[in-house]
Amino acid sequence: MQLEVNITGKSFESAAGKRHDVLDNVTFTLNAGEVGVLFGPSGCGKSTLLRILAGLDGNYRGQVMCTPGMRLGMVFQEPRLLPWRTVEENVRLAAPDVDDGRLSALFEVLELSSHRNHFPGELSLGLARRVALARAFAIEPDFLILDEPLASLDNALAGRLRDQIATLVASRKMMTLLVTHDVDDAVRLGDRLFFLSPRPARILHVETIATPRATRGEPDINEIKRQLSQLDLANM
Amino acid sequence: MLRLLSFTLFIATWWIASLVIGDAKLPAPPAVLSVLVAEARSGALFINLGATLARVALAFTLAMALGSAIGYLMGRVSLANRLGDPWLILLLNLPALVVIVLAYIWAGLTEVAAIAAIAINKLPTAVVTLREGARALDPALDEMATAFALPRGRAFRHVILPQLAPYIAAAARSGLSLVWKIVLVAEYLGRPNGVGFEIGVAFQLFDIPLLLAYSLSFAGVVLVIETLMVQPFETRLTRWRLRAA
Repeated sequence: MQLEVNITGKSFESAAGKRHDVLDNVTFTLNAGEVGVLFGPSGCGKSTLLRILAGLDGNYRGQVMCTPGMRLGMVFQEPRLLPWRTVEENVRLAAPDVDDGRLSALFEVLELSSHRNHFPGELSLGLARRVALARAFAIEPDFLILDEPLASLDNALAGRLRDQIATLVASRKMMTLLVTHDVDDAVRLGDRLFFLSPRPARILHVETIATPRATRGEPDINEIKRQLSQLDLANM
Repeated sequence: MLRLLSFTLFIATWWIASLVIGDAKLPAPPAVLSVLVAEARSGALFINLGATLARVALAFTLAMALGSAIGYLMGRVSLANRLGDPWLILLLNLPALVVIVLAYIWAGLTEVAAIAAIAINKLPTAVVTLREGARALDPALDEMATAFALPRGRAFRHVILPQLAPYIAAAARSGLSLVWKIVLVAEYLGRPNGVGFEIGVAFQLFDIPLLLAYSLSFAGVVLVIETLMVQPFETRLTRWRLRAA
């Protein structure tokens, strides 16, 4: 499994007829078992890029090549659950073939076991995010997209959820693409960090983290963060 | 309990009013009841109610099915909306009487003409309601369905239909009350049976007890259908809302 992204541009016309460039050159490849992190300022076009990669927007210049039959699991920024279906039904709807044992294990890891029969309206944002994660993992994806899965959660909750995501990502050899604003999350979860410029977005710098995720200790993480803080992104 | 009290109050008001106005114009409840029992014994009541109910069921189903499909299409496809909109406005504002009379002239005094005329009267309101529903569909959930590659049928059933459900219920509710009203006019003008026909006969003979007997039994049937079928259906559809905190 491999994802080859070779986008040369993306623009859209506003209601007033003015052309806005959202993406410039964005070129990278992602291999199975690898976690790529898109890191960039708000409004730089990350969500547009994700929508293109998810096949939701075909109107761009360039091409995105992936292995045919690739299964996509996506966690949107808002959970996007069906409010009229229970937690379990929401997951099973996306993943009709998931077996009971696997589903139970997934709910166990994400601490959702006691919420199976709740409706999304009864859940907090943190819980709803975890249901969205469960849904994306239940389909056993080949390509996983996580759009700011830790945004607007308090630190303790975000930390726990980050550990749960790390566990789940490590449990399957797939391509993962994570969008985040937080260097700490990027360094703890990612293998390769793509630094994006302000709009129209292009890749300014790619940082590959040599130490495997599993063996990355606190000193390693602090060292990587220190190095990253010395990058002069503004002048690239 | 409250319903029973409300019903008793209705009977009492009626009785007192009949005493004040006089039996000739407003017969007292027992007089109407005796006519009702006689009609029921001869079987005419049930034949007429049955004929009316069958027309309501057919016209309602036809108009709901067709109206929902057209409304959904017009809400989703802007070309369909631009093509259909003038027709919709025309139909919405066309008086029921015009449709019924024209239907009888063009298709004869037939069952098909009656049912088609009733359905055409109800159709535009269903179209308008469902068009609003289709316009209000959440694009974020559509994207979710696309990203997870949900097959079309599953997406329609689990993602689209539940969003349309309140609109379908609203169209059914308002449409049913419209059909109840129009069916009697259609029967009055051109059918040899049904509640509307009997009311027409009673009107010509100035037989007020017969008129009231049919009107009230019709109202009773409407009430029973509303409470036993429409309301439980609505409750079921909005189950997930009630439980939400």
